Amino acid sequence: MLTELSAVELAAKLRSREVSATEVAQAQLNRIAELDANLGAFLHVSPENVLEEAANAQKLLDSGEGGALTGVPIALKDNMCTLGLPTTCASKILENYIPPYDATVVGRLREQGLVLLGKTNMDEFAMGGSTEKSAYRSCHNPWDLTCAPGGSSGGSAVAVAGSLAPLSLGSDTGGSIRQPASLCGIVGFKPTYGRVSRYGLVAFSSSLDQIGPFGRSVEDVAAISDVISGYDHHDSTSLPNAGMDNSGLKDGTLKGKRFALPKELFGSGIEPGVLSVIHETIDLLKKEGVEFTEVSVPSIAQAVTIYYIIAPAEASSNLARFDGVRYGPRIEGDGHIGSAAKTRGELFGHEVKARIMIGTYALSAGYFDAYYLRAQQVRAVMAQDFEKIFAEFDAVFSPTSPAVAFKLGALDSDPMALKMLDLCTIPANMGGFPAISLNAGLSGGLPVGLQLMGPVMGDENLLQLAYSVERAMPAATVRPRL
Amino acid sequence: MAISFDEVQHVARLARLELSNSELLIFQSELNALLGHFSDLNEIDVTGILPKPHAVSMHNVWADDIAEVGLTREYALRNAPRSRAGLFVVPTIIEE
Repeated sequence: MLTELSAVELAAKLRSREVSATEVAQAQLNRIAELDANLGAFLHVSPENVLEEAANAQKLLDSGEGGALTGVPIALKDNMCTLGLPTTCASKILENYIPPYDATVVGRLREQGLVLLGKTNMDEFAMGGSTEKSAYRSCHNPWDLTCAPGGSSGGSAVAVAGSLAPLSLGSDTGGSIRQPASLCGIVGFKPTYGRVSRYGLVAFSSSLDQIGPFGRSVEDVAAISDVISGYDHHDSTSLPNAGMDNSGLKDGTLKGKRFALPKELFGSGIEPGVLSVIHETIDLLKKEGVEFTEVSVPSIAQAVTIYYIIAPAEASSNLARFDGVRYGPRIEGDGHIGSAAKTRGELFGHEVKARIMIGTYALSAGYFDAYYLRAQQVRAVMAQDFEKIFAEFDAVFSPTSPAVAFKLGALDSDPMALKMLDLCTIPANMGGFPAISLNAGLSGGLPVGLQLMGPVMGDENLLQLAYSVERAMPAATVRPRL
Repeated sequence: MAISFDEVQHVARLARLELSNSELLIFQSELNALLGHFSDLNEIDVTGILPKPHAVSMHNVWADDIAEVGLTREYALRNAPRSRAGLFVVPTIIEE
């Protein structure tokens, strides 16, 4: 079946004219029509648009001007601006917003002739870890429809895990690509901060946000990373040598590779079922010649705290632009400030308002030094701690999420438990490090992800390591039955 | 360090969020719960540590002064809730 093929396999069949881009797109559209009513992965799909893009991709293929992934469909998280297609961030405050420009990543996909399948469900403004905070529709884990897919890029994870799309993009501020990848049993990759342009990504926390891909294999994720990475003068935090080249991905030995195990990510906060799968994987990889060494990073204990200061502080500033003047609906109030306050009070969801409140408080007079400044100092300590580890080891190895997928609504009354799910993923955002999640196995029938983290600009090495680890793990390719 | 109802109201005003009294009460309890968790910030010695404001440090990024094609007026206004004569219509800011 076309929808079960990997992106790289599809691309080869498209190049050899074994299938057409239209057939591939139609197969995905059929699968979406069949399954998405129950999954809730997408917020917007326009079949006419998809088929038009597929026809354009076919022209590129026919002229021989296509790239590595021309004609391959891809789904996009609904916080990346798409010219002419709705971009709502799953928020009522951007209802009916149609961007007048393409995000840089979207432009790169179009240039390379990838087919944009649609915009995916997410937590409102990417604030959440379950996709339950979408203002539009609920999103369900393909392994168990009564469970959450994780978040905030839950729709993009579900689209790939459920084979509604071979590839998707998400954004990762504290784990929003890796955690849903883990809970849905697929590969999710957060590149080094600055390797993929954030221009046209609706900003949540500018010093942490990074766009990255989901795929069903490391090879696919590496291939799409080559397409989306690269310097962009529209993003002043774009790195000069941002472009990736993963064409050298090969079967490699893991013999003599050194992985560090931070003991703070193997403690009592991690579910026993998750730990047991991760320990089995460690035993498996030891047989492949990987050397594991326990290390200690005490600052990990503060990861969730500094995240819940820095991210809301930056969000409170970034979301100030939603004032009902340039986009979104406006609810009239007393003058400009009154209208802005009414519009925001009514159209932002509870979680978004909560984060704006925390951030505004942390930045307000008298509290700035105690919270924001101190959080940035702890962030510096944490980054230095990891840099020291990377000087001695090839990668840091840990679970991706402390828990497997949980029942929808189960954590409604325990917001702190939901926040703790980001424990293992936050450090990579704090230091800008690349990190990837792979499926390591199942616990109680639900996927358990392992995370590999590498040094800044070590993306290609990290993907090569992940590729070798994936080959050694039979669980990496297990799929849900739908 | 508990936050009072007045402080929550003040923060909501700074954040330009019109909230009902019941919402303010919810945020007061949520903020207080969260600040309780934040106390672990002081467990790490940060003496002499420079704050890290960004994931990957960069300094003075200069752009060449080259004109580019930007948004047309029509495109820029297309999503505005109200516009007239090629301009955004804004609620009154300065009283007469």
